[in-house]
Amino acid sequence: MTPGDRYQALTNSPLGSITSRIGLPTPPMLERHRPGMPVARGPVALGGAHGGRLEEAAARVLRSLEAAIVTGDASDSPRPAALVFDASGIDDPARLRALYEFFHPRIRGLASNGRVVVLAAVPAEAETAAGAVAQRAIEGFTRSVAKEIGAKGSTAQLVRVAVGGEDAIESTLRFLLSARSAYVDGQAIEIGPAGEDDVVVPGDWERPLAGRVAAVTGAARGIGASIAEVLARDGAELISIDVPAAGGDLSDAANAIGATALQLDITAPDAGSRLADHVAERHGKLDVLVHNAGITRDKTLGRMEPEQWDSVIDVNLASQLRLNQPLLERELLGGGGRIVSVSSVSGIAGNRGQANYATSKAGVIGMVRAFAAELGERGTTINAVAPGFIETRMTAAMPIGVREAGRRTNSLLQGGQPVDVAEPVAWLASPASAGVNGNVIRVCGQALIGA
Amino acid sequence: MSPASRQAAVLGGNRIPFARRDGPYARASNQDMFTEVLDGLVSRFALQGQRLGEVSAGGVLKSSRDFNLTRECVLGSALDAATPAYDVQQACGTGLETTILVANKIALGQIEVGVAGGFDTTSDAPIEVNDDLRRVLLDLNRARSLQQRLALLPRLRPGQVVPRIPRNEEPRTGLSMGEHQAISTRRWGIGRTEQDEWAVGSHRKLAAAYDAGFFDDLITPYLGLGRDQNLRPDSTVEKLAKLKPVFGLDGPSPSMTAANSTPLTDGAAAVLLASDEWADERKLPVLAHIVDAETGGVDFVHGEDDLLGAPLYAVPRLLDRNGLSLQDFDFYEIHEAFASQVLMTLKAWQDPDFCAERLGRDEPLGAIDPERINVNGSSLAAGHPFGATGGRIVATLATLLDGRGFGRGLISICAAGGQGVCAILEKRE
Repeated sequence: MTPGDRYQALTNSPLGSITSRIGLPTPPMLERHRPGMPVARGPVALGGAHGGRLEEAAARVLRSLEAAIVTGDASDSPRPAALVFDASGIDDPARLRALYEFFHPRIRGLASNGRVVVLAAVPAEAETAAGAVAQRAIEGFTRSVAKEIGAKGSTAQLVRVAVGGEDAIESTLRFLLSARSAYVDGQAIEIGPAGEDDVVVPGDWERPLAGRVAAVTGAARGIGASIAEVLARDGAELISIDVPAAGGDLSDAANAIGATALQLDITAPDAGSRLADHVAERHGKLDVLVHNAGITRDKTLGRMEPEQWDSVIDVNLASQLRLNQPLLERELLGGGGRIVSVSSVSGIAGNRGQANYATSKAGVIGMVRAFAAELGERGTTINAVAPGFIETRMTAAMPIGVREAGRRTNSLLQGGQPVDVAEPVAWLASPASAGVNGNVIRVCGQALIGA
Repeated sequence: MSPASRQAAVLGGNRIPFARRDGPYARASNQDMFTEVLDGLVSRFALQGQRLGEVSAGGVLKSSRDFNLTRECVLGSALDAATPAYDVQQACGTGLETTILVANKIALGQIEVGVAGGFDTTSDAPIEVNDDLRRVLLDLNRARSLQQRLALLPRLRPGQVVPRIPRNEEPRTGLSMGEHQAISTRRWGIGRTEQDEWAVGSHRKLAAAYDAGFFDDLITPYLGLGRDQNLRPDSTVEKLAKLKPVFGLDGPSPSMTAANSTPLTDGAAAVLLASDEWADERKLPVLAHIVDAETGGVDFVHGEDDLLGAPLYAVPRLLDRNGLSLQDFDFYEIHEAFASQVLMTLKAWQDPDFCAERLGRDEPLGAIDPERINVNGSSLAAGHPFGATGGRIVATLATLLDGRGFGRGLISICAAGGQGVCAILEKRE
């Protein structure tokens, strides 16, 4: 349950029958990952359109999960926890019917907190125009399914796998099937070509970051502290960074997870070299860099002071480039490295009173796009997560109308928790996620606003 | 005897910003402050759950219930509870003396790593019952019968409810430290303007160091305070000239004011010391090494010496033992108990008579380049929570030496009771 969400608590109490009878929404209780929880929390129904190239790879992943795979008729199978379908073989609009045929008899039997994952091809790689059209069409299907099943806490995603990326799907499939992806919904993820050399299969999937060094900015509290905590839980050696003024909270957060606290003003001209020096001296290398630090200085444009514009652009965007540069130049963040930036749904959709913030967060997406190809060549990936309404001290201070609107206007009818942002960051940071590069993953419960 | 073959390394430090008495830390105890400092040090060096060789710290103003305060702080910190700890009390020299003690154990190979530091609160100070009342209460405790107890009643007096509040005075002279220093100021002929100039310089240098981010990895903010509360970056000699003197008012032209004397302050500080091997294993860079140290005392009660004059003797002994001259250092950290204490120290070492008669030297020790003294400010600007000052200075000097890449630094701290604690730090190329 979300601590601040009293309405959700009410609807999930015995009194909840009243709210549902008078037609008010009932936000589902989302299941979150706990160590030891299986990835597939029940049987998985697996199917595919004829001619697909991903069903076998998906089956291999499911077998390694020791998941019960259901391939037969929908009617006599137990209630599935997940539906996985390989649509990569669909090469003509007429063949989209395969989606209907697989999901129609099964979708209503999907368990609560269930998962729908449709594996598909990259439309641009289709051999024919008809194939490209059909592959693009699938996105409308998964986004709609997500909206239909969200009230039960279930999610649906599209995973486009480029030719040559078939063996790189495991970390993504594991993430999407698991409770780790609780608040990621209605997304289209692309996995590029990645060979066995790039994808490092962890010895222990509960600790995929063992032996890796990760740095997180803005780690004193909120989403950043949660990201650091989840990366540490996944085995990483953490450098938790925040401004000197937040040092007290930073120290407490670092001590709770065995991290090194680094007080650093990321807007200082020498911030990049200071971080690089710290990494070089104390850790020898950096495997994961998470740009989470961000500030808001909300004002409508006409009333915005120049400092409010400058500080937001500097902290949220310019600093990220400043930190990246010396780490990349000195090859401290080398092959197998991961950069994950925190963008925002505001950066995708825009937001009244946040011209500065939305600009900075859209710029983060621009950074991901601009660097993905170049970094990809050296085996480094760069991706972003774009949170929607996440329950933090900032949202707790919002006026109730704005807060309630933010909470309910998504498919899951609730705000997310900081850990819901941290989990996808950990997935993108995984050495097994080599094929995931240049993606922007929304963490918004499929919010109505934005693309 | 030559210094120990293995020298302890200073790996870093942590302190909370120092607060003026009854400021933001008014309700924080010594234990609160030093636990916070330990936890900040732990997070800076990822020492969570580790067993260290020891933690040594202390403060001047302590309650009797705080007999094991440092150990209590360790138990409340993120360190392994198997880390032993003990308290030391050597007035204003406490924080440097604990550093010497821990460094010596490391040099001897008895421990590999330890934390040294100190703390003091002048706000949350212990208040004791009146001495008269205390005696009656103790007798009452010893009484065996009702009759004996009743017999004690007439000894209770209304005046006994007045508590004993600790005061900043020398037990043997009844003079406060400021009054003692006023005598020395006059004896050494230290003028008002040079004291005010020294104080202004301390504020200016400390403010510049903050602005340059020098303290980013030396300080953890506490209770809303991010910088030392006493720091006045905009102070000027003109402004300071307007202040009324507060010490030595019974003599001619008193010159010591609230601005060129340190204020009563609350705070805590600690440094992490280790062997090179321990540091290497954890990839923790060595900032500097503790080369040698000397603690001295003077007879200020009967003799001609100044209460705060012990470093005048201790430093030359330390130099001689190490075959160094006073000019062989890149940085000098001379604790600014009072501006006049620093100025008197510098003057004494250049004074042929003092150096000949009192130190028995043919030549004076000579002058020091003022540009190398307290380059990032000192106690006049930062404040001086007695036990915490040594830790602040050791961490500051080690960081300065590390930034320079190589060099040598000298620490001199005067202390109540006519004592002085001094040390040499070195950064090897």
